[in-house]
Amino acid sequence: MSGHAGEPFAELPVAPKPRLRRFHQARWDEPIIFEQSRPGRRGIAVPAPGVPAVELPDTVRRAEPPRLPEMSQLHVLRHYVRLSQENLGVDQAIAVGQGTCTMKYSPKVNDRFVTDPKVAELHPLQPDDTVQGVLEIYWRLERMLAEISGMHRVSLQPASGSAAIYANVAMIRAYHASRGEGERRDQVITTMFSHPSNAACAKTAGYEVITLMPDENGCPDIEALRAAVGPRTAALMITNPEDTGIFNPRIAEFVALVHEAGGLACYDQANANGLLGVTRAADAGFDLCHFNLHKTFSTPHACGGPAAGASGVSEALAPFLPGPTVEFDGSRYHLDADRPLSVGKMRPFLGVTPNVVRAYAWIMALGAAGLREVAETAVLNNNYLMHRILQIKGASAPWGRNRLEQVRYSWQELSEETGVHSEEIGVRAADFGVHYWTSHHPYVVPEPFTLEPTESYSKEDLDEYAAILEHVADEARRDPGLVKGAPYNQTVHRIDPSSLDDPERWSPTWRAYTRKHLS
Amino acid sequence: MTTDRPDPSRTAAGHPGSSRAAGGTGDPGRAARPGPPGGAAFTVGLIVNPVAGIGGPAGLKGSDGAGVQLEALARGASPRAGERAALAVRALLARRPDTRIVTVAGPMGEDSVRAAGGVPELLRLAPGDPSSPRDTTAAVEAMRDVDLLLFAGGDGTARDVLDGSPSCPVLGVPAGVKVYSGCFAVSPAAAGTTAAEFGRDAGRAGSTGSPTSTGGTGSTLAAEVVDLDEDAYRSGRVSPLLYGTLRVPAARARLSGRKVGSSAAAPGSAEAIAREVAARMRPGVRYVLGPGATTMAVGRLLGLDTTLLGVDVVQDGELVAADVTERRLLGLVEGHETCAVLSVIGGQGFVLGRGNQQIGPAVLKKIMASGGLLVLATQQKLAGLGGRPLLADTGDPEADALVAGHVSVITGHRESAVYRIRPATEEFTA
Repeated sequence: MSGHAGEPFAELPVAPKPRLRRFHQARWDEPIIFEQSRPGRRGIAVPAPGVPAVELPDTVRRAEPPRLPEMSQLHVLRHYVRLSQENLGVDQAIAVGQGTCTMKYSPKVNDRFVTDPKVAELHPLQPDDTVQGVLEIYWRLERMLAEISGMHRVSLQPASGSAAIYANVAMIRAYHASRGEGERRDQVITTMFSHPSNAACAKTAGYEVITLMPDENGCPDIEALRAAVGPRTAALMITNPEDTGIFNPRIAEFVALVHEAGGLACYDQANANGLLGVTRAADAGFDLCHFNLHKTFSTPHACGGPAAGASGVSEALAPFLPGPTVEFDGSRYHLDADRPLSVGKMRPFLGVTPNVVRAYAWIMALGAAGLREVAETAVLNNNYLMHRILQIKGASAPWGRNRLEQVRYSWQELSEETGVHSEEIGVRAADFGVHYWTSHHPYVVPEPFTLEPTESYSKEDLDEYAAILEHVADEARRDPGLVKGAPYNQTVHRIDPSSLDDPERWSPTWRAYTRKHLS
Repeated sequence: MTTDRPDPSRTAAGHPGSSRAAGGTGDPGRAARPGPPGGAAFTVGLIVNPVAGIGGPAGLKGSDGAGVQLEALARGASPRAGERAALAVRALLARRPDTRIVTVAGPMGEDSVRAAGGVPELLRLAPGDPSSPRDTTAAVEAMRDVDLLLFAGGDGTARDVLDGSPSCPVLGVPAGVKVYSGCFAVSPAAAGTTAAEFGRDAGRAGSTGSPTSTGGTGSTLAAEVVDLDEDAYRSGRVSPLLYGTLRVPAARARLSGRKVGSSAAAPGSAEAIAREVAARMRPGVRYVLGPGATTMAVGRLLGLDTTLLGVDVVQDGELVAADVTERRLLGLVEGHETCAVLSVIGGQGFVLGRGNQQIGPAVLKKIMASGGLLVLATQQKLAGLGGRPLLADTGDPEADALVAGHVSVITGHRESAVYRIRPATEEFTA
């Protein structure tokens, strides 16, 4: 295809690219893999085993073979390559638009480690003596995360960030119960801009949840905390910096107030990207904290799991840690399951070993100075992007520019002028090949959008992202219908999200889909 | 409380082009221009208050009353409500070109539909010239068989619509100076889009195909209609009153950008809050239920016939008294441990002194000396205050000072927030 007549680059041997990419996502209309199954089709013709058949007892014999898709190798490969082309992720997009998700690059070399047979072929029931290497990785990663957080011990068993938060709530509950105060301390305090998993986990564990709303500076109202704490307080569960990217300068006072009332203070450090090597949970007096290894320590997010969470606790809480724990006697590593006060298992076995290995490799590659550089770069990137975003007419950052690693912005001015909403701007941005996210509900910041560049992205990436939003904001003014009709260059046009709220229709598995929709 | 509302006999200012009588198209009456064969499945009524918002640009803080409207015109203001209604209609027709639009002749709707390139069907109704709130109410009453009623105006217009007891869901096109009620879309275009979205399934599966099909429209929520006393507002005092609730489309922008469920904003929240209130109710304690949809849900959960706009007293699962006066309430509170259960007026944050004047200073002092306050609001409503405090204004600074500080606000079942509450006099003089 030749350039249009009159285009300035028509004469160059290699045409320069336009300012914004002429992106178009692949659209394969790919059926679900089960729909492509054909009876008898195989990827590998396995030879007959050549050993005698063994009679299995009925208790372990399946009545029917599993209904797995039957496909050839090419078709399996093609299916997953197509799906990967219909995706937007860090490996092909500028993924700064999933603020609070903390999308950073996961170095490919770490994937080499976990696909090595030494890791990939481990069995969770192997005797300790045969898995000393992986136990050493668990033990060493625990010590490194303890150093990073200032905590006494860290459990790597939780398989996700929310599982780590739940582990922390379970330990809070067990701690108060051990002191005879379990019944009385039935309230957990959290904040509007802390991750909603804190409120959700506390509620799941049976606690009444009290939420502190932001004050005029965008930080949780400390006077509200003063009014909320009391003999019923089990814990404060708080994120800092919150989803706004604002670091609460009075966090130590928050912790002290809760301690005075006999409660525990639990720090959601899922995303510690602005803090690594700068400040630590223990330094502010926290009793518990957690990290998401996939947000801060560069393991894959894994689309809802298995990811990996790490729960850190002070010495007083250590007896309650999930188990078994990995222990080291100076020469040998072993598992300790004999811990009477433990809250028990958060999942089977040790944890999500591939992610533990990746996080260990990532920290080892960076070292202490490198971790601090990660934080400094993330904060610098965020402040550069904020500088660019705030030059766009109609965009604002409520509560000012004092931000660490992310910002919750507002399109209120643009929306009032054009009738175009933040969600619609995000969908249009996908036409240029980037992610965009608004906010958790309810929207405190009107017409919100949350950007978090992390340390992974270059200045050119951030310039491109800002240029996309500037372009879409301009489109909203010139032709709001264009933005509202988006996307045009995506795999699907619109999805109907209503089934997500309807147990009669949601289908997390093919089996459920078959039962609910095809029977 | 509704006795505080301004005289509704205000009349609209003269308006160029408004002299055309009903049936100006030559088609007399409602069904003069039938829909396409088989009947368009989605029918929208449109009512424009031609003078809504006229006082705003003129610095008059509202447009209620003929005197203010004439003053606004004298100050050079020009009516904008018709234009804003046209924006909404254009957005609606762009998405649902087959929508039938039933409206009033002239500037009360016809002009806007034509400006948007649509073909209006006119009601058999002759509005006055200038038109008045009575014309709005009459138009609402005449629109008995539409799927959705769009109106362009402000809080005053919303009250007039409420007075007409609409039989269908309602959506406001913001065109007034005061737009505090919950029934308005965020912009004219958003009103049109929301209307189209609301009627998205009309005429498809499940539709009866009749011209007034109600099959397949979206779900609805109750939204509060509030209005300010404009004379007070002009003198610097904000005093919104709750007038009632309208059913509005529940549809909101729900695109693929969502990451978590919005359970806090779900329609079930009032019920969740009511469950928590019921769980906290103690035997032998009297509970004073203030006005509002959320407190009404408490009564409903208890199986009691409590009122939407009045103040009711319940105890031990029984209705002690409904729609009480201040004097009666004082007698009921006397000698009983009493707790007041109050909702928050959306947008403004008033908890006391707006819509619930029955809970006067003397009653409040007794309540604060015994059971205290239970304030009810969704997280969404608190978030909508944008960090501003909750407000108390019983008219007695001494009584208001008793509630100043932080109050527990029930936001759901086993969920609450701790929120700042201030005497309104301090907040507005600070």
